[in-house]
Amino acid sequence: MKLDFGVIWHNLPILFDGMQLSLVLTALALSGGVLLGAVLAVLRLSPLPPVAWFAAGYVNAFRSIPLILVLFWFYFLVPLVIGRPVGPFYAALIAFVLFEAAYYCEIIRAGIQGIPRGQSAAAMATGMTQAQVMRHVVLPQAFRNMTPVMLTQAIILFQDTSLVYVVTLYDFMTSAAIVAQRDLAIVEVYIFAACVYFCLCFGASRLVGWFKSRLEVAR
Amino acid sequence: MISVQKVSKWYGDVRVLTGCTTEIAKGEVVVVCGPSGSGKSTLIKCINGLEPFQQGRILVDNVSVGDRATNLPKLRARVGMVFQDFQLYPHKTALENITLAPMQVAKRDKAEAEDAALKLLRRVDLEEHARKYPAQMSGGQQQRVAIARALAMNPIAMLFDEPTSALDPEMISEVLDVMIKLAEDGMTMIVVTHEMGFARRVAHRIVFMDMGEIVEDRPTAEFFGGAVSERATQFLSKILQH
Repeated sequence: MKLDFGVIWHNLPILFDGMQLSLVLTALALSGGVLLGAVLAVLRLSPLPPVAWFAAGYVNAFRSIPLILVLFWFYFLVPLVIGRPVGPFYAALIAFVLFEAAYYCEIIRAGIQGIPRGQSAAAMATGMTQAQVMRHVVLPQAFRNMTPVMLTQAIILFQDTSLVYVVTLYDFMTSAAIVAQRDLAIVEVYIFAACVYFCLCFGASRLVGWFKSRLEVAR
Repeated sequence: MISVQKVSKWYGDVRVLTGCTTEIAKGEVVVVCGPSGSGKSTLIKCINGLEPFQQGRILVDNVSVGDRATNLPKLRARVGMVFQDFQLYPHKTALENITLAPMQVAKRDKAEAEDAALKLLRRVDLEEHARKYPAQMSGGQQQRVAIARALAMNPIAMLFDEPTSALDPEMISEVLDVMIKLAEDGMTMIVVTHEMGFARRVAHRIVFMDMGEIVEDRPTAEFFGGAVSERATQFLSKILQH
């Protein structure tokens, strides 16, 4: 069998567009997921049981459903609820934000619980309210501690965006699949796609490792 | 100024404070001592509402601490507290540690808060460390910053929870010196400590606790002059024998 990697060169623009969509979706889903996850984490640690139960229920529900099902659901459900189509991009984005939020909630919760209680006590003793203590003392420290875990979760998210093929979005993986089948270059294109994913994800995880060691020095 | 009236507290079924009663007048320095586990720290944490209690009453400047209607953050802003393990915010510089509450709670502007913070740092002899992070300072320096942080809200009283217990011996006196100055300036202070030299020198009264009870509450000279209960005598002989 003879491999012809020229096919990749000819199709670079379409693959590049796909990668752009993958990265944009990852960035937006990450920001939305972290934000919603932080809110859920605070709710989950609330002293009011119904509030804590709601957040716990949310987390358990989303962690028990496969991501691909959530994607399907929002692709078909959101248009029904709001009465007009939202397009595959927004459906996928909503699904990813809601799904990732469940995981980020748990990461952030662990981060908050990792801050010694004495820190809140000291801040409260100066007259700060619970909300001020969270905002100025606990969360900044918690975020710093959990940055490595969050970045690792972001790498997983980036890989998971390849699932958007089920809602007809052309991300990097889907674009590669289209090119592979159209130009009958399945082996070449899939080897290339694997290399790209590997380089990006392995590079990013090395970066996380470096970042982690720097945090430890700073402490 | 601070009135503790028959305060009792339980952790589940375990009674940790039993009918504690004492009064602290304005400008008075009271040292609370006693064996570990006797409830000293718990008692002073009840005074600013960091620990809840089930029975009795505590009044701080005529505000009832245990009352549901009391705005606890507002009350705590008027009472400074210093902890055994400093608890400076590690992600903030010494200066930021001090200015946080004045800016967030008292809503002072940044320049004003920093100006006041620098004066406080000068008072604890750490002006040149303003931009350092807690991890870059020794324990004694951190504790002095913590004292400055507590003073930043211009408190009517200061609570010290074993402020020198976590310090290496050579750093204890730099912290005690700051506290002595504070006492001489007329600050109302309640100090949980084993530093009997400090107690002798600045305390007006000594409160001795054992098993959650206030066993002794007398003027300093009287307390050290003998004529005290057996439990206190035993305790004193243990900590003074070296």
